[in-house]
Amino acid sequence: MTTVHSVLPSLAPLLPELILGVGVLLLILYGAWRGDRSAETVSIGALALLLVALSVVISQPVHGRITTLSGAFVSDSFSKVMKSLVLLGSAATILLAHDFFKRERIDRFEFPVLIVLCTIGMMVMVSANDLIALYLGLELQSLAAYVIAAFHRDDIKSTEAGLKYFVLGALSSGMLLYGASLIYGFTGTVSFPGIVSALNANAGLGIVLGIVFVAAGVCFKMSAVPFHMWTPDVYEGSPTPVTAFFATAPKMAAVSMTVRVFIGALPDVTAVWQQIFIFVSVVSMALGSFAAIGQSSIKRLMAYSSIANIGYALIGLACGSEEGISGLVTYMIIYLAMTLGSFAIILSLRRRNVMFEKIEDLSGLSRTHPWLAFCLAAMMFSLAGIPPLAGFFAKFYVFAAAIKAGLVTLAVIGVVTSVVGAYYYLRVVRIMYFDEPKEPYEAMAPGLRVVLALSSVVVVLFFLLPGPLVGAAGRAARSLF
Amino acid sequence: MTAAAAFFYLFASITVASGFMVIASRNPVASVLFLILAFVNAAGLFVLMGAEFLAMILVVVYVGAVAVLFLFVVMMLDVDFAELRQGFQQYLPVGALIGAIFLVELLLVVGSWSIDPGLVQAPLGNVASAENLTNAQALGRVIYTDYAYFFQLAGLILLVAMIGAIVLTLRDRPGVKRQNIAVQNARTQAMAVETRKVPSRQGVEV
Repeated sequence: MTTVHSVLPSLAPLLPELILGVGVLLLILYGAWRGDRSAETVSIGALALLLVALSVVISQPVHGRITTLSGAFVSDSFSKVMKSLVLLGSAATILLAHDFFKRERIDRFEFPVLIVLCTIGMMVMVSANDLIALYLGLELQSLAAYVIAAFHRDDIKSTEAGLKYFVLGALSSGMLLYGASLIYGFTGTVSFPGIVSALNANAGLGIVLGIVFVAAGVCFKMSAVPFHMWTPDVYEGSPTPVTAFFATAPKMAAVSMTVRVFIGALPDVTAVWQQIFIFVSVVSMALGSFAAIGQSSIKRLMAYSSIANIGYALIGLACGSEEGISGLVTYMIIYLAMTLGSFAIILSLRRRNVMFEKIEDLSGLSRTHPWLAFCLAAMMFSLAGIPPLAGFFAKFYVFAAAIKAGLVTLAVIGVVTSVVGAYYYLRVVRIMYFDEPKEPYEAMAPGLRVVLALSSVVVVLFFLLPGPLVGAAGRAARSLF
Repeated sequence: MTAAAAFFYLFASITVASGFMVIASRNPVASVLFLILAFVNAAGLFVLMGAEFLAMILVVVYVGAVAVLFLFVVMMLDVDFAELRQGFQQYLPVGALIGAIFLVELLLVVGSWSIDPGLVQAPLGNVASAENLTNAQALGRVIYTDYAYFFQLAGLILLVAMIGAIVLTLRDRPGVKRQNIAVQNARTQAMAVETRKVPSRQGVEV
């Protein structure tokens, strides 16, 4: 009877997750008690919870790596930065969604609740230090995501998006799990440090097979080519704030999960997985750039744009070096700002209670809404990677890391595809500034204004003060090596 | 041959045979029943290994819930299985090719992997610990201590599943009559029963 643990594990690093977990249970109780009239209060409550968790994450002191809960949970600079991004993405989603759902008459209290539960899953993924925690976090995140994709349940496209996402997501979870079981079978442990020491820098065929399956699973979650097929349909079908959510917070979590697995558990067998990510990165950049050219829906355009952006970000991972990861984290920070800003503008294209989602609906926006057009132009120039906007620096850091790691071809392909991508981003700008104006749209909701203002500031003024963000990314990368 | 070995071969051969019948049987209901047979025999194999908790869980969860759910779905949905098999010939070459690739990959993996000789010598080894704990006790010790985190996360996942099912399917239908127990219990004799004098040959208005 001596093996029974009488001591509670240290829960201090887990504080943000605990706050969200306890808070969301209270919100569910309140919502169930008050019914659908509580949607507004629960939204505000969820937003407050996310902001409290964000401030706790930011203010928590970081002393190297702290692991707790039998080594399943790790807290370090990397988890601090990525959790902040996840929480920002989720909080922005609630701000973006509130007005939209109210006007579509689907404002139910379950939406903010599911967003918070999804956020807990994402934070578990970011802090995962073994395969079981990773999988459980992933499932918690995905299951909530399937439901909110189909949240507009009377809309056939939304239902289709939810079903498609669910079926393909279950398949990819199966692949990830199969790969994880192979890795467990051949190393005898699920903990990442355990896997590092069990492998001892040589990977047998079984491990390689496991790595391939795990890579397929995570690539699906990041929507990287060749596992991207669900992305355009799900992004187009889901309610637009949900699309904004999918393009931001879960991407951050999926990328951190990938970094945790491949840098955290398989750092000594880089040669095995590096080729996978070089390939995935090249085809994602190429497909994302070329397939976006023919799109007429803004949401589908953003879907292909997110595929291409994941390709650029994965260049950082393919380097396998500290500079690479630092570039990757910087890229994700700037990508979050650019995407949230773009979606805040897409969500404000509303006239007489009808949403407009075609690129041609933007025509002449510069004359009807000069500020909106200016912000969207900044986002598009930034996504295209034109200096001095933030998107240029994002690409610059990953390309520089690739050249330093000797992957010059990869960097060159990246530059070429960003030129191709610039074509469709600039087409949006041309339509806004040079086409005939249409009727003006309604005024923006306050939530959208907040998100747009913050992200525009980051995108436009990043070059004045890149220090804090790049410094945080550098610290995050250093904590992994 | 010991009794344990005899039972092992009995359970194992029935499991394999009924597993084959699951895919070979023409009638889907018979397939599900064979699946249940396979589960029960697999549970028998677990008991032989000393994993009695897993055996009971297998029976309760898979036989009691999952297989019965399959049975319900198969019986309630009018699925024409002959129609489903229509494309079989057409897809056979592609399927066979993919199957062959996976078989070669699996053989390569198994070929590169040697089984620990210690495991081979004790194929019917008992998994129970030296402390003479039952399975349930041994699981309980880790599940609420080392694995408490995973246990709580699994709970949250089930909560999401529940909320999701309610969000996507529950609809308010107007005009549905519901039982209100409080009102029923609060009825008094005066509210429920009315006494009237019935005049002969005239009846009463109801």
